Amino acid sequence: MIPAPFDYVAPSTVDDAVRALAEAGEDAKIIAGGQSLLPVLRMRLAAPTSLIDLNRIPELRGVRDDGDALVIGSMTTHYDVQRDPLIAEHAALLAKATDTVADPQVRHRGTFGGSIAHADPAGDLLAPALALDTEMVVAGPDGRRTVPAADFFEDFFTTALRPDEILVEVRVPKHTGWHAHYEKFNRVAQAWSMVAVAATVRTDGGTIAEARVGLTNMSSVPVRARAVEEALVGRPATAESIRAAAEHAAEGTNPTVDGNADVEYRQHLARVLTGRAIQAAMAG
Amino acid sequence: MRITVTVDGTTYTDDVEPRTLLVHYLREQVGKVGTVVGCDTSNCGACTVHLDGHSVKSCSVLAVQADGCEVTTIEGLARDGQLHPVQQAFHDNHALQCGFCTPGMIMQSIDLLADNPSPDEQAVREGLEGNLCRCTGYQNIVRAVRDAADHMRPGAGPEAERVAGDAGSRAASSVGGGGE
Repeated sequence: MIPAPFDYVAPSTVDDAVRALAEAGEDAKIIAGGQSLLPVLRMRLAAPTSLIDLNRIPELRGVRDDGDALVIGSMTTHYDVQRDPLIAEHAALLAKATDTVADPQVRHRGTFGGSIAHADPAGDLLAPALALDTEMVVAGPDGRRTVPAADFFEDFFTTALRPDEILVEVRVPKHTGWHAHYEKFNRVAQAWSMVAVAATVRTDGGTIAEARVGLTNMSSVPVRARAVEEALVGRPATAESIRAAAEHAAEGTNPTVDGNADVEYRQHLARVLTGRAIQAAMAG
Repeated sequence: MRITVTVDGTTYTDDVEPRTLLVHYLREQVGKVGTVVGCDTSNCGACTVHLDGHSVKSCSVLAVQADGCEVTTIEGLARDGQLHPVQQAFHDNHALQCGFCTPGMIMQSIDLLADNPSPDEQAVREGLEGNLCRCTGYQNIVRAVRDAADHMRPGAGPEAERVAGDAGSRAASSVGGGGE
């Protein structure tokens, strides 16, 4: 199928993109990697009047070291996130989650920022972004502002981005030397996560000193499993304490019901996968 | 909009609507009907081509996004009547039944081998995760890719695909992480 007609611009700077978005009006849409948007346009589930393409803005690509944080350009592709040495060293959880996104062709085009801004609750990068306490830097007509991940995801496919704003960077506090794993459960290859768990822990001797756990697809937005984190801290990093902590994973979650799973099953998955994620993180 | 794209070593300048998908441009304006449309949902990978050296599903890229880029399709692989080693391996291992998924399977296999010249069975299956064979002929496809790897060491990539003297305005190596 062929998308409905639209106007198309591909600006070369963020300032030009912000201007183009304002001029194009409320039915305009930003296209990043396009791996979610183009299928939607093809199926005519959406018909924006204009597309503002961010693919020709070099300043939006790449990862840089900014002291105690990494700054990831929103148009950095999944393929590049998977192979970036700074991310491997300081935010391994992001690389592990990105390894599971879709398939190789999609990872060549799809972008980190595009996934975050699209805010599909089954998307694999939202829970890691939340667990790592990232911050979203967005640009609009009045300049730039920063939104913590905890405030960014508002509902299904809905974020704190205003219609005239563009996600330009994600600031990721360094988690150097932390163990990390992303445990994903789905039915078939390249399917979306039914449930997934992002876990990263810092150990001190044989003790878990800090832990961050995020859940994918356990609500309309990514969820932080605070009770699991609290149950892990100060405990020995043993299978028994991990299993006990994982029992708290479903607390406070409100997962959707669909053809794949009901609430009870998703909550069961959250507990099981949390245990597996932390175990695998410790082993990795 | 006017775009200039190098497809299989030949440069084309054409007018396209912004909504034209790359796969439709390749098939209907350039005539590269070897690249097929399989699913319309981005799942099947039959339309896989290389865009500046990396595999993409050409149903999920706009033709205007390929402006200034280099595209390689299944039709650009053979040289002087000689099949590309991955094409030959698919032939030798009977890695097809109806053949509809084959162009995409071969293009993705070449991408996989550029990233990992010696993949084990699991790596082949994961590397072809985005390509579906409705005949479920996966066993021979996996065999063919591993056979091709044996014949292609130390690896493949855009250098092997490019037609001399007719490269696009952007070199493949300037895009992406240098996997190829």
